[in-house]
Amino acid sequence: MTQSTAAVGKSRRLQDFALLVACILAAWQALYMIVGDVAITSPVTTLGYAIELLPSSDFRPHLAASLTAFGNALLISYAGGVLLGLTLGFHRFSGEVAEPMLGALYSLPKIALYPIILQIFGLGLSAKVAFGALHGVIPVALFSMNAVRGINPMHLRTARVLRLSSIETVRTIVAPAIIPEIVTGLRVGFSLTLLGVLIGEMFASQHGMGFLLINAINLHDVKMITTLIFVLFLFATVTSAILLAIDRRLHVRV
Amino acid sequence: MTLVREQGSPGSSGPSARPRELAPRSGPATVGASKLHAQLTGVTKLFPAPSGENPVHALGPIDMAVERGEFFAIVGPSGCGKSTLLDILAGLAAPTDGTVVFENKPISGAVPPGIGVVFQEDASFPWLTVWDNVAFGLRRAGLERGETTKRVEHWLRFMGLADFARAHPAHLSGGMRQRVCIARTLVLEPRMILLDEPFGALDQQTRLLMGDELLRLWRATGATVVLITHAIDEACMLADRVGVMTARPGRFADVAVTRWPGDRDSRIVSDPSFGQLTGRVWSILRDESIKAIGHAEGDIGGRSP
Repeated sequence: MTQSTAAVGKSRRLQDFALLVACILAAWQALYMIVGDVAITSPVTTLGYAIELLPSSDFRPHLAASLTAFGNALLISYAGGVLLGLTLGFHRFSGEVAEPMLGALYSLPKIALYPIILQIFGLGLSAKVAFGALHGVIPVALFSMNAVRGINPMHLRTARVLRLSSIETVRTIVAPAIIPEIVTGLRVGFSLTLLGVLIGEMFASQHGMGFLLINAINLHDVKMITTLIFVLFLFATVTSAILLAIDRRLHVRV
Repeated sequence: MTLVREQGSPGSSGPSARPRELAPRSGPATVGASKLHAQLTGVTKLFPAPSGENPVHALGPIDMAVERGEFFAIVGPSGCGKSTLLDILAGLAAPTDGTVVFENKPISGAVPPGIGVVFQEDASFPWLTVWDNVAFGLRRAGLERGETTKRVEHWLRFMGLADFARAHPAHLSGGMRQRVCIARTLVLEPRMILLDEPFGALDQQTRLLMGDELLRLWRATGATVVLITHAIDEACMLADRVGVMTARPGRFADVAVTRWPGDRDSRIVSDPSFGQLTGRVWSILRDESIKAIGHAEGDIGGRSP
């Protein structure tokens, strides 16, 4: 019975997904019919161009440049954010001092800092990575810090009653308690890091998807603009759906 | 079940007819050396205050002795240091002054083996199933798998959780989660179980039924039980002796001996002597509670009976 319930649930989810995709395509087509070729290309034209563009040797170096920059930025965001967040979470005083600063920095439009980043890192990969990491590191740090602060003190008292060593307490109580919240932070950090890298590429780079996009805007190449947006949309949606699934799986028990 | 009364007669009136024998007002309830399970001697707790102010005198000096296999309940007004007393007895907090001895060994800085603690707040691990919650301590202790399974299944059945073994605590009611915490403690077979207002968050009916379960497991394990509660009826219904604490700094104002039979259950609340016992405890606790909330007695509504 449980199996058939699960099967029904799965087919229901597939139906919902197909319906969502159909709605998006219909809305896209409708928008195309209203505004026309000047602003957007139709779903069919875009798909056709994407199939042609993606494997081409003109496009692939840009994709690779973006992925390299994004991968590096993500690594720095995640490692730096988690490390910073855990430190601030466990060291109460540092956390109290740093929290308002991080909050202010988080709400600041980071684009204002881009000239400074360019002065420090110069044009190229490192500036893009730095700008992407700047976007991602703060939310990851804030979520990680709050994960540590949110540990139920009763769980730590239970650890003492059960006479667990510090290592055992971290492994069996602290880690499972904080991981779900940290994963939520990683999910938020993922999209913001991607945003940072793309903005970085748009304003000061000769490579990458962001560069292609700004170039297409300058040339008013509507087909290229729509196709790039489509590819980015696909990438962001698929990865964020995967991260969201992991996130939900971890949170369902809490 | 029969409510065997060892002394006193329910029909008569006046203080001399009280069915309960109350220990001297200020003295500790002492027990024979061979039966002694845990003892607090001259225990005092002061909490440091912000610089320039005097430290807060939370507790004591307190003398208390608990017999092996005894059910001892502690009631007291809010903020009288009940939970601090339990923390000290468990080894979770160190007293500022005085000594704590459990099974003839002094407790210093850590919870000794043989003591189990159930807290007021839900302390079940939300990331583990009910089964894994209960097995948690046994696995950490490195118990052999077959024995772990046997013990966990026994206590899940005992606590009525067998059907929920694979559920996560988030899917259970507050009462059931507290039962998970109790099972997680009992599975380790502690020789002394300390409970800090374990049913405080539950409704009255559930509390009475949980009280019955507590009596059942007390009889089944033969463990010593120390129960902290703010509910007078709960203390009087469950315990062999009820320690009544004063307002802060908490001391024992009285220790009432209930003399209930070992096979008692929650139906004891309909016994006439139960009312007399709770009345007696309340008459002490009322004055202390008034002190604790900082009112003059007249403000509350006349003198206590």
